[in-house]
Amino acid sequence: MKTTKEISLGDIAARSEELSGENMTLNMGPSHPATHGVLRLSLELDGDKVVKCDPVIGYLHRGDEKIAENMTYNQFVPYTDRLDYLAPLANNVAYAIAVEKLAGLKMPARCEAIRVVCCEMARISSHLLGLGVYAMDTGAWTVFMYTFNEREKLYSLFEELTGARFTTSYTRIGGLTRDLPEGWLQKVEAFCDGVLKTIDEVDKLLTRNGIFLERTEGIAPISKELALAYGLTGPNLRASGVGFDLRKDKPYSGYEQYDFDVPVGTKGDCFDRYLVRMEEVRQSVRILRQACKNMPGGAWYAEDAKKIFLPPKAKVMTKMEELIQNFMIVTEGPQIPAGEVYFEAENPKGALGFYVVSNGGGVPYRLRIRGPSFVSLSILPAIVPGNYLTDIASILGSLDFVMGECDR
Amino acid sequence: MEAAVLTDRFPRTQVLASKDMPTYQIAAEDLVAAVRFLRDAQGFDLLADLCGIDWKDRTPRFGVVLHLLSTTHKEYVRLHVAAVDDAVPSVSSVHPGANWHEREAFDMFGIRFEGHPDPRRILMWDAYPYHPLRKEFPLAGIEVPLPAADVAEVTGQGVEPAPMMGGPFVSPGGKMSQAEPSALDQSWNEQKPKA
Repeated sequence: MKTTKEISLGDIAARSEELSGENMTLNMGPSHPATHGVLRLSLELDGDKVVKCDPVIGYLHRGDEKIAENMTYNQFVPYTDRLDYLAPLANNVAYAIAVEKLAGLKMPARCEAIRVVCCEMARISSHLLGLGVYAMDTGAWTVFMYTFNEREKLYSLFEELTGARFTTSYTRIGGLTRDLPEGWLQKVEAFCDGVLKTIDEVDKLLTRNGIFLERTEGIAPISKELALAYGLTGPNLRASGVGFDLRKDKPYSGYEQYDFDVPVGTKGDCFDRYLVRMEEVRQSVRILRQACKNMPGGAWYAEDAKKIFLPPKAKVMTKMEELIQNFMIVTEGPQIPAGEVYFEAENPKGALGFYVVSNGGGVPYRLRIRGPSFVSLSILPAIVPGNYLTDIASILGSLDFVMGECDR
Repeated sequence: MEAAVLTDRFPRTQVLASKDMPTYQIAAEDLVAAVRFLRDAQGFDLLADLCGIDWKDRTPRFGVVLHLLSTTHKEYVRLHVAAVDDAVPSVSSVHPGANWHEREAFDMFGIRFEGHPDPRRILMWDAYPYHPLRKEFPLAGIEVPLPAADVAEVTGQGVEPAPMMGGPFVSPGGKMSQAEPSALDQSWNEQKPKA
């Protein structure tokens, strides 16, 4: 015989009471599409709400700081490519400026302007990827296709400039590997026109997109105080309402000559971080156009730095003094005086810092790399709990980190 | 910020010569108070970086270097702290962002941060026995058994690294078979388990 029992709301409440009390531990990553590399989040879940988040990093640790202590300054340039491998040109520039500051070198105007072009192109490249995968993580595939189209053009420009599409290694201590190719700046200007159109399209696709807004607006807001307490830098700090930009506030490589605005957010949520990056691409285009228009002539390396920068190849082949100079720099490394320096550059992901301690000679005694992604991830235990599991994709996308720089 | 501001308040502080930013040697006992003072009274609101350093010939051997940034005055300050008995007070109560930096300095140099809320390794795994950024640690690294702490806990054994040898195409020291491809170690199979 069938018996029926009416289930009252009280019964359901009592039953769910029985169920609660046990949290689930979930490992997200280290191989997960939304963790953008080998990041592992050890999560404690109550239902699908995150109670605790413990990021586990180090899967991409290569010991770059140890490696740096065992090679000459120039030999380390290719390793800087592999820090934030989405903006290698900006890393090259930051590293070169740090060591040059220790050596007390002043770069000629052309070198500085070329480096600014490099940094801003790297910023556009990094932000295009950041925005593309951020949109993809929140369910908007098209944006990824649009932004990667533009990045492809950028990579072709990088290839023409440096000989490599991805690992550029373009700077040397005291200058660059080579001057600009002929007609290259016109191509950069043409690219600027194109990327603005793409950014406008991305704007139309995302900024008023209901789904995207639902997934980002009000999610994981970082207050001004919290951002400062955790040492956030770059777009993540500015989205929280702190208008600090090293290009404006501690200008290097001649950034004070360029006219550009620093976008600042108000709420510091995932949506603000998206808006700040969108605007930064537009501002980078402004800087690029000014730099291309007013590219100074003259030397593109420090000609007076005889013990640091390699002499021109033609002279090495024909003149004794240059031959010796070339030999000494290649075998013993650029001669950097003893001392210490800390230099931070405004990289796409935040402030990339190099702390170099030298005892003189061609090899650093200690080279510390302060990766902005490392700092951006350290805030996760403070902002992720209280959000739903699905929000983690938005939060990680909005913080725009890269593990190569976090783990070093 | 004038150098006297810090030296008056913390008399044990020494001013060090440096070309790029004001640099001070702070006594370890003053560190937390000095960092708090710099944050609250002098506007150094952002801990840009904290790292360890192995001075090799100095005593104490290890040091910690802090770089503080003022987002309002737009200037940096550098603090050097000597790690007496390899220990330094943790500043993570003032700057929560120091948490991971201090974990890294512990991981790489073995510097202990007293009062740290979570003193674990961060880049290397928990059971790793060395501190790789110490000067005596070789660049090539030292081979250690692989971790898997959870497995070790259950089995009560250390977990050995996966062998490079023993795959179907790798000779385990013996003669390679003529037939290819083949599993070389034929002393065990489904019917006859491995000894």
